Amino acid sequence: MEPFQTFTGLVCPLDRSNVDTDQIIPKQFLKRVERKGFGECLFYNWRFDQDGNKKADFVLNQPKYAGTSILVAGENFGCGSSREHAPWALQDYGFKTIIAPGFADIFFNNCQKNGILAIRLDKEKVEELIEAATEKTLRLTVNLEKQTIEGGGFHFTFDSDPYQKELFIKGLDEIAVTMMHEDEISAFEKKRAKEA
Amino acid sequence: MRPRTIIEKIWDNHLIHREKGKPDLLYIDLHLVHEVTSPQAFEGLRMNHRKVRRPDLTFATVDHNVPTTRNRETKDPISKVQIRTLEKNCKDFGIELADIYRPTQGIVHVIGPELGLTQPGKTIVCGDSHTSTHGAFGAIAFGIGTSEVEHVLATQTLWQKRPKTMQIKVNGRLGLGVAAKDLILAIIAKYGIAVGTGYIVEYTGEAIRSLSMEERMTICNMSIEAGARAGLISPDQTTIDYIRGRRFAPAGEAFEKAAEKWLALATDEGAAYDRTIEIDAGEIEPQVTWGTNPSMGGSVSGSVPDPDSFATEEKRQAVKKALAYMDLTPGTAIRDIPIDVVFIGSCTNSRISDLRQAAKVAQGKHVREGVRALVVPGSQQIKKQAEKEGLDKVFTDAGFEWRESGCSMCLAMNDDIVPAGKRCASTSNRNFEGRQGTGSRTHLVSPAMAAAAAIHGHFVDVREIEKVH
Repeated sequence: MEPFQTFTGLVCPLDRSNVDTDQIIPKQFLKRVERKGFGECLFYNWRFDQDGNKKADFVLNQPKYAGTSILVAGENFGCGSSREHAPWALQDYGFKTIIAPGFADIFFNNCQKNGILAIRLDKEKVEELIEAATEKTLRLTVNLEKQTIEGGGFHFTFDSDPYQKELFIKGLDEIAVTMMHEDEISAFEKKRAKEA
Repeated sequence: MRPRTIIEKIWDNHLIHREKGKPDLLYIDLHLVHEVTSPQAFEGLRMNHRKVRRPDLTFATVDHNVPTTRNRETKDPISKVQIRTLEKNCKDFGIELADIYRPTQGIVHVIGPELGLTQPGKTIVCGDSHTSTHGAFGAIAFGIGTSEVEHVLATQTLWQKRPKTMQIKVNGRLGLGVAAKDLILAIIAKYGIAVGTGYIVEYTGEAIRSLSMEERMTICNMSIEAGARAGLISPDQTTIDYIRGRRFAPAGEAFEKAAEKWLALATDEGAAYDRTIEIDAGEIEPQVTWGTNPSMGGSVSGSVPDPDSFATEEKRQAVKKALAYMDLTPGTAIRDIPIDVVFIGSCTNSRISDLRQAAKVAQGKHVREGVRALVVPGSQQIKKQAEKEGLDKVFTDAGFEWRESGCSMCLAMNDDIVPAGKRCASTSNRNFEGRQGTGSRTHLVSPAMAAAAAIHGHFVDVREIEKVH
């Protein structure tokens, strides 16, 4: 995992709740065996019509959001299927941070494993950000170390799990971290075998 | 000792490492693998020169994108690569694979219990959100992403934050003609698709106790549709009877010893949950969803709601969007919604009892002209059993297509697709936009309700049919 560094990015508002992972990446793109290249499939059925033309009314297709790296969305973002292709697609498109009042559990974990910072903020704050990003150009600076989001007159702090924060900032490989517990895992297996 | 829930007991039994400020490191007893969410995980192992720590606790099958046609020939070259990749990965890493030509093949959440791999007290994971199905046996079973699949393959463990616990207590009994599917859909309609976020749910109460194992699987399967990664039911004699004699279950004296341990896992009298919800099974009617998430539904006797009848602007907008996608007008009676396609299958409702219920409705009738109806058994074993009972004949005589096992039209990764603009009565678990095919419109129902819709060309209340019989 790449270490997460403080960055400033353009905010794209997605004013919908309960965005499911079938919408983030439809199933026809799950057949590939690679991790890369899913960005072009992101929100496919919302971005493109049946002939593959861009739908002008979808927010990501609006020129003012070109180069966006922060997505702000409604409640329960990422519900449904466990497909990690969803965060892969978001990341490949350029998103580094997703802000929402809440995330589905599996999606939240999948973001963490890929170094995408999923930030929970109060609903009112999210609504303010969506409004600001809709009306004007909103750029925010996301600082994980200090747990702050700043820019466009906003100054918010957010919660972060200390364990995840460390993994993010150091860019650690979680499997390697777990393998340092090898003795405990082996001991557990031995104890189990004896009990059986 | 303080009374504990089954959730706490299983969690504590699998705890390897606990440290303040960190998630718990949990041991995983069973890892189920399929073709769609595993290739990148195996690739990760190779890149880092890692092995699969416990191939003996890992079991694989192909289900998501496999064809359900008789010759089982995959036409799509990309799907073919994905299937071949799993075959190669299983061979290279020493994992047993129920491949497409084996009598054990089937939907991963159907074959786990069928083979006796699923047992009470286990921690079970799979790169699929419907892993919650296995909770029916009193296991902590949950879906994971591909990075976690790789982590389990390499270490047989996962870092997990201790979840909150929720009890969903279902009092009374389900009425005649009301299915387990109706119960779980009614729970989700009432409490929403995020009520279980951050929780593991235990289903309790008289109505749950009286359910068969297959019905319990239907309930636990859709826990994720209420936002809960895992949902479970304390083991009882029904559980023990189901497991006895299955291939991976302990045999002889070992089974009796195991059964005793399993029963002791049940939640202790007086154990506390973080939240409890109670509902009355007797009030529940057969359900039909009308919207684009599983909470957007209600009784078959009802009608399509008016967006303005919802309390918040956010909900009104969401319902408006959903009805536009579904091409439904407020006030339309659910019974008057015409159907183009019927799908009986998926990890929710493709087991033998589901097929028996659908066949009972289809017996001696015929699928309405213009309706395409598919029956896709959850596994090869179920298919064989159904054929032994002559259910295949009942279905084909009635004009249903009788298929080979797989996930099929639940997510339409193979050729079983609902065309754009068409409306499907489906026994699957998700009615999201485009789920069964780009532009498809899904109504979630029970197997009997689906079969009845196939025959009448629109929704009917199966309880009325049962009265006629």
